[in-house]
Amino acid sequence: MSKILVFCEFNNGLIKKGALELLSIAKNSGAEVMSAIIGKGAQDMAQQSAHYGAAKSFVLESDDFSNYNSESYTHVMADIIQQSGAEIVLASSSMLAKDLFPRVAVKTNSAVANDCHELEISGGNVTVRRALYAGKCTAQVDFKTSGPKIILMRANQLPVNDADTALSSEVVVITAPQIDLKTLIKEIVKGTSEKLDLTEANIIVSGGRGLKDKDSYYSLLEPLADTLGATLGASRAIVDSGWCTHGMQVGQTGKTVAPTLYIACGISGAIQHIAGLTGSKVIVAINKDPDAPIFKKSTYGIVGDVFDVVPKLTEEFKNIL
Amino acid sequence: MNIYVCIKQVPDTESKIKLNSDASFIDTAAVKWVMNPYDENAVEEAIKLKTSQEGSKVTIISVGPKKRTTEALRTALAMGADDAILVDGPDYLAPNLTAKALAKTIEQEGKTDNTQIFTGKLAIDFNNSSVSQMLAEHLNLPHATVVSKFETTGAETTVQREVEGGSFEVIQLKGSNVVAANKGLNTPRYASLPGIMKAKKKPLKEINLSDLGISEEDGALSYSAFQLPAEKPPVQMIDGEAPAQAKELVSLLRNSAKVI
Ligand SMILES: Cc1cc2nc3c(=O)[nH]c(=O)nc-3n(C[C@H](O)[C@H](O)[C@H](O)COP(=O)(O)OP(=O)(O)OC[C@H]3O[C@@H](n4cnc5c(N)ncnc54)[C@H](O)[C@@H]3O)c2cc1C
Repeated sequence: MSKILVFCEFNNGLIKKGALELLSIAKNSGAEVMSAIIGKGAQDMAQQSAHYGAAKSFVLESDDFSNYNSESYTHVMADIIQQSGAEIVLASSSMLAKDLFPRVAVKTNSAVANDCHELEISGGNVTVRRALYAGKCTAQVDFKTSGPKIILMRANQLPVNDADTALSSEVVVITAPQIDLKTLIKEIVKGTSEKLDLTEANIIVSGGRGLKDKDSYYSLLEPLADTLGATLGASRAIVDSGWCTHGMQVGQTGKTVAPTLYIACGISGAIQHIAGLTGSKVIVAINKDPDAPIFKKSTYGIVGDVFDVVPKLTEEFKNIL
Repeated sequence: MNIYVCIKQVPDTESKIKLNSDASFIDTAAVKWVMNPYDENAVEEAIKLKTSQEGSKVTIISVGPKKRTTEALRTALAMGADDAILVDGPDYLAPNLTAKALAKTIEQEGKTDNTQIFTGKLAIDFNNSSVSQMLAEHLNLPHATVVSKFETTGAETTVQREVEGGSFEVIQLKGSNVVAANKGLNTPRYASLPGIMKAKKKPLKEINLSDLGISEEDGALSYSAFQLPAEKPPVQMIDGEAPAQAKELVSLLRNSAKVI
């Protein structure tokens, strides 16, 4: 039986959806599933991971690990991988995972593929595809390593099993390593939004220069996003104009997103913007120009003024949600 | 201070991507090559740092095919870097080997103390954002990715980096380190005409992967079965006035696409 280790990030006492998707696919493949959970509150997460299939959990519960530190996390994660004997390591392709796992890969003689959008596991075999060249093509990833295959998967691509609360997990307690850190976290400046990160969001409401100015960007799009529980996104044009932070930019030089619904308001659909959202399931475009390139990439299109359409849309959603 | 910038040449963001005949790679002949956009920010930061730290030197390193990669190195030299090293390599090299080649090149150049290394946060071709961290691990140095603010005294480097949900963290790195630049870090300068003329005379050293003891066969990650994206079904346009359009869209999203 192959061994799969799933790295579980958590927030507000819940394992993030991306990790639940991976626990589910690992369990459904019939593999021996293990979880790796690090940070303050990790202990409580072990049983949660069990409900989705982890039979063994490597847990480091420590105040010192409540914030991510690349050096100490690299150490711990490499240690857990070695102890677990996993042949496959899965994690949601978050900003944290993308920072962490390349270093871990060097330490454990393994290889890492991030932002994967297709994953199949059968027996000990795993088939993975990634988007390359800003989504202009995709390719299969071939691993050739003595260590495990580390696969960072985009969130929202796979189903989550129903929790089976009868299951429990054997907890392996990991102790914090004593290392002389050269990396110190000085300060964390929280973003204004409590929403999911763009890369994990299930629904994204995104705006561009068609919204005229910063005030109307927020006054039009925030009510719509709040109604849908969506995360706000932006084109580069308005990030460069200072309406939004770079963290909100979608595209080739912004974030790659894969929501089930992407609503583009007043965005022309430049190739570099489209590059970031080809993983979206349904794309809606609202633009007053019937020839705007965004329509070619959309599922549904509305030719109209965002100042008329967006408030009406918010109203309609409010009626049904 | 020894300042190194690791850059990669990638297809221009406007480039159309075609596949080769057996779909084992892209058709590289059809591509216009440019310096990776984030690497431009890395070069800019290096040149700014050099100006503020007397006696510093900026060395650009790139791993890639000699026939095209030289141009990216000359661009960085024209922006103001002092010298460049080309590690002649194939069109595709696995990230583990690229990181190793960069680490060995930097080690061969001298010791790694009092050294600042910059890279871009990711290369927009393979998007794997891993070489920077792997390089740091090989050299046993601390690293920071997605960096939008950078300050250093040499002994201590303070960076601001983007983390999840639009939050930022400020971290301090002791001694030599590897920093991966994000877009917001600075505005890269254009190479001036005198800069371009001067760049032609700046030293550009060429080495091979085999000089570094690296064999392509040891690549840990490769790609096969390339595919162009499937054609999307044509867009469904929703006509009428705004209230009717909104109603219709919500109904389609709920009943037809079933995403709400
Ligand atoms: C190297 C490089 C990297 C890049 N990376 C990115 C990236 O990562 N992400 C990104 O987004 N861009 C990126 N760009 C920029 C990209 O090329 C475009 O310039 C940008 O996406 C345009 O933003 P926009 O659609 O908001 O603005 P515009 O192109 O100006 O489009 C505004 C749209 O709004 C519509 N509009 C205007 N008024 C209204 C109204 N009242 N109601 C409805 N519609 C209206 C217009 O018809 C138009 O289509 C990059 C460019 C380069 C060269």
